[in-house]
Amino acid sequence: MEYLIGIQGPDFVLVAADNVAASSIIQMKHDYDKMFKLSEKILLLCVGEAGDTVQFAEYIQKNVQLYKMRNGYELSPAAAANFTRKNLADYLRSRTPYHVNLLLAGYDEADGPGLYYMDYLSALAKAPFAAHGYGLNRRFILNLPSFNVRLIDREGIHDLEKLTLGAK
Amino acid sequence: MALQDLCNFKDIFLDSIPTFSLPIGLPLSSSHSVPLPFPMSHGTTTLAFIFQGGVLAAADTRSSCSGLVACPAAQKILPIHSHLVGTTSGTSADCALWKRILARELRLYQLRHGRRLSTGGAAKLLSHMLQPFKGTELCVAATLCERSGPSLYYVCSDGTRLKGTLFSVGSGSPYAYSVLDQGVQWGLTVQEAVSIAREAVFRATYRDAYSGNCVDLYHITSKGWTRRNREDLKEEYYREKERQRQKREEGETLHDISCVHVCVSVHADSIYVWSTVQDVTML
Repeated sequence: MEYLIGIQGPDFVLVAADNVAASSIIQMKHDYDKMFKLSEKILLLCVGEAGDTVQFAEYIQKNVQLYKMRNGYELSPAAAANFTRKNLADYLRSRTPYHVNLLLAGYDEADGPGLYYMDYLSALAKAPFAAHGYGLNRRFILNLPSFNVRLIDREGIHDLEKLTLGAK
Repeated sequence: MALQDLCNFKDIFLDSIPTFSLPIGLPLSSSHSVPLPFPMSHGTTTLAFIFQGGVLAAADTRSSCSGLVACPAAQKILPIHSHLVGTTSGTSADCALWKRILARELRLYQLRHGRRLSTGGAAKLLSHMLQPFKGTELCVAATLCERSGPSLYYVCSDGTRLKGTLFSVGSGSPYAYSVLDQGVQWGLTVQEAVSIAREAVFRATYRDAYSGNCVDLYHITSKGWTRRNREDLKEEYYREKERQRQKREEGETLHDISCVHVCVSVHADSIYVWSTVQDVTML
């Protein structure tokens, strides 16, 4: 199962995502990065159906970058979250909905740190901490071997030490 | 794939019916927008890995069709251009078609822009072209070696696109993975890499019913791809039997009682089991 975890602190947001890309019963990759950088201070974490995740996340990523190019300033995390949710909602009742679960984490100069929880039915909630994939009614197997951990604060996105279980 | 069915694996996205009720008419998963005529499986073993001498791709040659061998000499590795080779898994017709379309698009790109598209770009192009056809069971592992260095991408019709150093696709892939995970490292010589790839395909064909017959090996370097002669795995099987027989003749003594050795031999239609405690049990 794929895991996303986000925790908002007083002046930072901490996010972690596991590193496994699996195809049915085989782990195809052990160092897969599930975080997409939308801007200098916004990260989008995306899990869900195989092709939809990358497709949707890259679509949002490019659009946020396009906004910056057109208007000269970046979207705030709240605006980016609402934009993402709107896209999910628009596609939801079409023939090709995106089955993705997202966490958007960002730092705004005016509002401070923010963590937004979105799921595939285009729900949006700003939360102090959030997680996806706790395997509630499906699986109890954690992809424990390693997690990518990143921190977003006033200075931008920082890579923290990768969490690994046991000797690698 | 066969092992997946054995484990009763259910992908939560493909068959998820949430426990809470949803409004009727809400599409749950985009991958069922095109209904499949019948369940399709990937009856094959293909693999590719990167090492210091370039990229090595190997595949078996059995083409199966609902339980019988349709063609024992199929070609599962299709060259796309002089530096790009793609392995195929899934329905042969779909794979062959999409490889040709990819070859056409890459050639057009080269003519329009004056340079070759990189592997990542070719993989992205394929993945985008396959996106509207999410229902088809096509699964490819595109391999490429370019001047800047070898690279390997796994592209699947469900939309996955992964960059890596070792991939194996198909029903025989778990068996191939076991050999590859053990033996593949960066510093292999070409000979060693070839023998590991051949061994991996052999092991997979030994156990998997849908893989078999011969093995194709392609080696890709910065100068392009070269294809080794197709090798019949039946020969490999007999060579292995011969090696085991010779080892036994050289005298494998059963050691002290602290370690138990069990020899299993199949003779005619009965199985004999010998152990260190010197009793012969017939099963």
